[in-house]
Amino acid sequence: MEIETEEDKKWELRLYVAGNTPKSVTALSNLKKYCEEHLKGQYRIEVIDLLVQPQLAEGDQILAIPTLVRKVPEPIRKIIGDLSNEEKVLVGLNIRPA
Amino acid sequence: MSDTKKNTSIAYPALPKTPTGIAGLDEITEGGLPTGRPTLICGQAGCGKTLMSIEFIVRGAMKFNEPGVFVAFEEKSDELAMNVASLGFDLKKLQEDKKIRIDHVHIDRSEIEETGEYDLEGLFIRLGYAIDSIGAKRVVLDTLENLFSGLNNQAVLRAEIRRLFHWLKEKGVTAIITGERGDGNALTRQGLEEYVSDCVILLDHRVINQISTRRLRIIKYRGTVHGTNEYPFLIDEDGISVLPVTSLKLAKQVSTERVPTGIPALDEMLGGKGFYKGGSTLVSGTAGTGKTSISAYFANETCNRGKRCVYFAMEESPNQIIRNMRSIGADLQKHVDSGLLLFNASRPNMYGLEMHLVAIHKIIKKFKPQVVIMDPITNFINIGSVSEVKNMLVRLIDFLQDEQVSVMFTALSLNTIVNEQTDEGVSSLVDSWLLVRDIEFNGERNRGLYVMKARGMKHSNQVREFVISDEGLNLIDVYLGPEGVLTGSARKQQMLLEQTGEAIQAHSIGRKDREIARKRKVLEAKIASLNSEYESVEEELNKVYLEDELKKQILETNREEITNIRRGGIAQAKTTGGK
Repeated sequence: MEIETEEDKKWELRLYVAGNTPKSVTALSNLKKYCEEHLKGQYRIEVIDLLVQPQLAEGDQILAIPTLVRKVPEPIRKIIGDLSNEEKVLVGLNIRPA
Repeated sequence: MSDTKKNTSIAYPALPKTPTGIAGLDEITEGGLPTGRPTLICGQAGCGKTLMSIEFIVRGAMKFNEPGVFVAFEEKSDELAMNVASLGFDLKKLQEDKKIRIDHVHIDRSEIEETGEYDLEGLFIRLGYAIDSIGAKRVVLDTLENLFSGLNNQAVLRAEIRRLFHWLKEKGVTAIITGERGDGNALTRQGLEEYVSDCVILLDHRVINQISTRRLRIIKYRGTVHGTNEYPFLIDEDGISVLPVTSLKLAKQVSTERVPTGIPALDEMLGGKGFYKGGSTLVSGTAGTGKTSISAYFANETCNRGKRCVYFAMEESPNQIIRNMRSIGADLQKHVDSGLLLFNASRPNMYGLEMHLVAIHKIIKKFKPQVVIMDPITNFINIGSVSEVKNMLVRLIDFLQDEQVSVMFTALSLNTIVNEQTDEGVSSLVDSWLLVRDIEFNGERNRGLYVMKARGMKHSNQVREFVISDEGLNLIDVYLGPEGVLTGSARKQQMLLEQTGEAIQAHSIGRKDREIARKRKVLEAKIASLNSEYESVEEELNKVYLEDELKKQILETNREEITNIRRGGIAQAKTTGGK
């Protein structure tokens, strides 16, 4: 049930990176892959480079890089790391029940 | 000394230091924390880590015009502001003025999922942004422990914290990192921060005999000398004050100025002038011998001369002392009103010995008295062993000497045998020692005062009777009679006896004089009668002699007459015969 209601909504994802580091690149490509597979057409990814906009780090309480923040649907969830473990990412984003 | 110091500093430039602005800490560290390097402050919960670090930031902003960033991992900015408002720190205002910046870093394990490789570049960027936005020179991270509770990957965290310390150094900010104490003897939970910090300060909060004392110790400080002892510190309405107490240099300035005691006869015993300025005096004696009275008179005299005096009362309340002293002719209230006399009453077991010392220091630094009275020091024994109390008093005397403050301690002695007295072991430390003793004799108790010692001055070796009356305190020479030392009514009695003796003697002398006079009169009378007897005998003898002469004359006349008659002259014979 939960999955279905959430699937109706749009997924707003924000990925925080710091420059073009290998970890950031891996994270972004992983994220895109999972979203295409599971949330096709319902998601939006915003990539924020903290080297360019450092003032944004405080708002989302960013410590680690890369950090993926699920803004919508609520509640806010954060996944840190290069998102190499698909299972964990899907559970973390509540795309798949734990 | 100062020359050699200068030379070395020219040859090897000293490590630059950033003053913390925390009272006493800069003295222990000889200037402050290492500039541009990270310092770790560690300790258990509630030992004052956060407070010390926030004071570092606030004092930096207010006193030294160095803006600072406070990264709070535990408390929110509002909570923090509220917590330190009691110390008079207005964090909101400072933040508005861009003097400080508080960044609350929130880590919630339940919100965070970890997958794959990551680093803490986000924290670095945040910190870097905060530092650059106000041009911060000081940074506090309170406390890194929370990173470990929020994130799982220990290897990454350890590597990143190491990198953070290097990064802070590169940034050139003077940083404080706080850390919770680990299990056992470990300084921090991770056993990491202490190795990468250039300076480690350990805070401690210990409870001994139900009395808690905060202590601070500098464990390491790269590239500089520093005090290595444990220093007690106090948190009060002025923030943190650390006390660098154990300066054991015996190189004090001394004064030859004298301070009168307020009891002229006692001054007389002390070479006629009283104590030395900056000297320490111990008044000891059994209960009720007038120790407090002596010290109150000293305080009174000091204030009468227009000097300041602090009276640390540990047994009686100020009002009680004022009332009691009024009864013996010392008006202390007047001096309290004029602001010359400050009473500080506290029970010794209010806090630990060290805290007392810190509190005393603070008051003396603030009030700048010429005379300090501590009445009595005996009660300190409740909160520490004899050696601890002695230690504390050594440091107190040391400090007071430094400040050129004269001090009078009173101590209650429980036994009356002088040689066995310990007096908290200070009798050997003080410059002069007055002993008030009970002299029990003839069914009454009197007080005797001795000057046991008085360094550097001529002093009386005699016992004086110490009399407390409505007019005040006085010392009277005790009476040395044939039966020994007499005091009190026995002294008076003996004096009366002597007066009687004198009167009687005077009387008897008069009687003897009169007898002599009478004897002389009798003799003189006798002499007179003998004289008259002699006169009459002489007269008698003269009479015979005259008669003979007369007879002879008459006979001769007669013969001439007869001759004349024979020659025929009758008339002539008649004239001569009629004679």
